[in-house]
Amino acid sequence: MIPGSFSYYRPASVADAVKLLSDLGEDARPLAGGHSLVPMMKLRLATPAHLIDLHGIAALKGIRHDGNNLVIGAMTTQHELLASDEVAKAMPILHEAALLIADPQVRYRGTIGGNVANGDPGNDMPALMMTLGATYRLEGAGGARDVAAADFYQGAYFTALEPGEILTSVSVPVPPAGHGYAYEKLKRKVGDYATAAAAVVLTVSGGKVATCSIGLTNVHETPLLAVDAAKAVIGTSLDAATLKKAATAAEAIMAPAADARGPIEYRKHVGGIMVTRALQRAASRAK
Amino acid sequence: MAKTHVTMKVNGAEVEGLVEPRTLLVHFIRENLGMTGTHIGCETTHCGACTVDIDGMSVKSCTMFAVQAQGSDITTIEGMANADGTLSALQEGFRMMHGLQCGFCTPGMIMRAHRLLKENASPSEQEIRMGISGNICRCTGYQNIVKAIQYASAKINGVEFREAAE
Repeated sequence: MIPGSFSYYRPASVADAVKLLSDLGEDARPLAGGHSLVPMMKLRLATPAHLIDLHGIAALKGIRHDGNNLVIGAMTTQHELLASDEVAKAMPILHEAALLIADPQVRYRGTIGGNVANGDPGNDMPALMMTLGATYRLEGAGGARDVAAADFYQGAYFTALEPGEILTSVSVPVPPAGHGYAYEKLKRKVGDYATAAAAVVLTVSGGKVATCSIGLTNVHETPLLAVDAAKAVIGTSLDAATLKKAATAAEAIMAPAADARGPIEYRKHVGGIMVTRALQRAASRAK
Repeated sequence: MAKTHVTMKVNGAEVEGLVEPRTLLVHFIRENLGMTGTHIGCETTHCGACTVDIDGMSVKSCTMFAVQAQGSDITTIEGMANADGTLSALQEGFRMMHGLQCGFCTPGMIMRAHRLLKENASPSEQEIRMGISGNICRCTGYQNIVKAIQYASAKINGVEFREAAE
């Protein structure tokens, strides 16, 4: 399978990439790790006339602290996230989720920017970024702007990115020390997208949940924040009745597609189980 | 579409060629360079048969364009034997442990295991299984492939290989 013809560009700066994108118009696509886009191109489901490869832009790489935030360059790969002591220490949930993305070869190439910017409801990082309260830096011809992950996803493959803009970095607030976390993902096999997955970040005080955030992957056309489910567990000790209430509240906002991963009711049901497991595991890790 | 001139190092030798931007790296390696050890399996980034080593990473060469490999240092299965022509520890492991049946997935398995052992010379069985989880064998199973990698790990570390009790 060979993609259709396109012209290839390898700009050395964000400014050059943005200029190319706006000059070439809507037939141009940025190329990050390429592990979503290239297979789509081989199937001719994507036929960009121009590919703007972001691999030559050094400024899009790397992980740095900025105040209480970890700022991750868009072209940072999943492999680099997994190798980062900074990530392992400050937000181990990112480490846990990155390890569940695809397989080793894909993680060497797959980038955090591509994962969050593509708008694929199956991608793991978007719900996680919403759970962590992350912000995306978008840069276009008119300058840069910041959009909260929670406001970024508008539909399947439809995001707040305007034509000519690229996502250049992700800024993630470091959760408080002693927080509990878990990313629970049910998938059919290594490399698959989630049948359903849930991210939980919480803090516990005096045996009760003090703060909680829950994100859901691949149970809707966009990633979701399960706000009511999170509210239901605050102030509780996560007893069985509370866990059931939280799972029910989460299932109420799920609207998965029926596909090879299962019918709607099944995917909602296991989505609720992922929420329950993630809450329990996160609480067990909280100090 | 205009062709682009690319140069890269493959198995230690400088190579060059003219490619369309849409030419996948695996096609460049097989067709332009005539190195057919790198296999094309699923073509959808799942099976790992096309795995090569690029600048210290295991990469599925069916999901990267040859133009993207400009200036890279690539190792394929043809570059895996020792300098004197004898089999490398991994190749020997696959032979000794019979880590194959039809052999189609073997080049990708060896290239992936090569990078795995570079990063972790003494992986546990679980780490080996996770490490090769992007490589699919469709005719037999992974037991002997895992043993082959354990054999190579032992040899690299200069210790005696002992099969775990069944």
